[in-house]
Amino acid sequence: MSIRGKACIAGIYEHPTRKAPDKSLAQLHAEVAAGALADAGLSFSDVDGYYCAGDAPGLGGMSMAEYMGLNLRHIDTTETGGSSYVIHVNHAAQMIAAGKVDVALITLAGRPRSEGMATGTAPRIYDQNAPDVGFEAPYGPTVVNMYAMAAMRHMHQFGTTSEQLAWIKVAASTHAQYNEHAMLRDVVTVEDVVNSPMISDPLHRLDCCVISDGGGAIVMVKPEIAKSLNRPVVKYLGGGETIKHLNGGNVDLTYTGARNSGPPAFEESGVKHEDIKYASIYDSFTITVLETIEDLGFCEKGQGGKFVSDGNLISGIGKLPFNTDGGGLCNNHPANRGGMTKVLEAVRQVRGEAHPKVQVPNCDIALAHGTGGSIGTRMGSATIIIGQEDA
Amino acid sequence: MPQESYIHPPVNPETKEFWDATKQGKFLVPRCPDTGKYLWFPRRVSPFTGKTNVEYVEGKGTGTIYTFSVMRRSKQPYCIAYVTLDEGPTIMTNIVNVDYDTVKIGMRVKVTFKDLNDEAALPLFEPA
Repeated sequence: MSIRGKACIAGIYEHPTRKAPDKSLAQLHAEVAAGALADAGLSFSDVDGYYCAGDAPGLGGMSMAEYMGLNLRHIDTTETGGSSYVIHVNHAAQMIAAGKVDVALITLAGRPRSEGMATGTAPRIYDQNAPDVGFEAPYGPTVVNMYAMAAMRHMHQFGTTSEQLAWIKVAASTHAQYNEHAMLRDVVTVEDVVNSPMISDPLHRLDCCVISDGGGAIVMVKPEIAKSLNRPVVKYLGGGETIKHLNGGNVDLTYTGARNSGPPAFEESGVKHEDIKYASIYDSFTITVLETIEDLGFCEKGQGGKFVSDGNLISGIGKLPFNTDGGGLCNNHPANRGGMTKVLEAVRQVRGEAHPKVQVPNCDIALAHGTGGSIGTRMGSATIIIGQEDA
Repeated sequence: MPQESYIHPPVNPETKEFWDATKQGKFLVPRCPDTGKYLWFPRRVSPFTGKTNVEYVEGKGTGTIYTFSVMRRSKQPYCIAYVTLDEGPTIMTNIVNVDYDTVKIGMRVKVTFKDLNDEAALPLFEPA
């Protein structure tokens, strides 16, 4: 059963903070929730479905429902790292279509910067009971070197170059210059990227996303409610999600879960690749973008390097404008989880509310893709396609 | 040139046989008896059949580097890698006893053990 058009995104909010030493984690969640509800013209008392992930404090959904005073008939705390919030959009759309939820609230917040977390370069044990932990943690897997191993293999197998990866950062920085809240607003060149310090071969500092505090929220509603609100209607057209893992030791790091989450999103929405006017692509690292673009089918496997080069991802210049807020590479990456902000900028584009310098003309259909966990081991992937009321 | 310090693997009832063998200098590889396929990481339940009958058999301890990366931002650089064992599965490890600038995808490697504590020695790989 297709749920195309049976749910809408009515409100969004991105916290302007990038460093929040003066706020608690619960407070950040509640502030972004209030912002998204205000954007929709709704209030906390309208919410009957709540979605959050591992970044929510305490007992997650239970703690935050209490803190915000929500009265719920549906709760979903699916945790797939940075892709969680894109999966939440899928799940909320499914529940709204099924009549189980009228107003769904999704929140993300975090303060890794204030907490001084060595996010990308220090190995972490998430859980002593994780079945993989004894066979991975001793070897020093960090966020960066796991993505680096994917990049190294992609280069070996397909001839992808550091210069090609650098174009992804160049595009993000070109967009970020117009975002007053972005952490990195200087436009960089391919040379700047490849000459920045090597973090873990072959990824340089400028191949990596920023570390920021902040958060964001989304309000989704049934179409009848969306039409009654004083905001542009943004329709959910289709989605997909998956978990990709090491498959018993049959390892291939040259592709992502997007290979499986993309096709159902295109099928459900009835949208073709050439109909996508804008794409938010998860950008924890440049290699994340390159592999995802291939796996979503915007080019053939192995051709991502060529596809992203020469400004092809820059709004107003290229064929596939991406991450016009500056993305995780330049704008923010709250809680080390970029799925939420991917959805937010896609909604801005469909509403026509992106910065005028990066707004895609007649952006009737957009895609957002989230990645969670690690491209080097196990990852969540989620894709959504959204559109204007008549899309 | 190993890491400055290693996180010690937690040993549990499912993996004790594997880690006990490392203390004897033996590298065991899990195998699903129904399919005959080797797998990684060690566990008792086969991801191929769902049955609790995975056995640990002694492996050759040799393989080929599938991919790697040298972490330059730690106190002491180290090389993380995936090595495809001759038995089939690809496993995470560190490449040691090598000039990092010479490490390449496709390089042949063999297992060596770093003694960690009374419970476990860590399998690492070095040029074969």
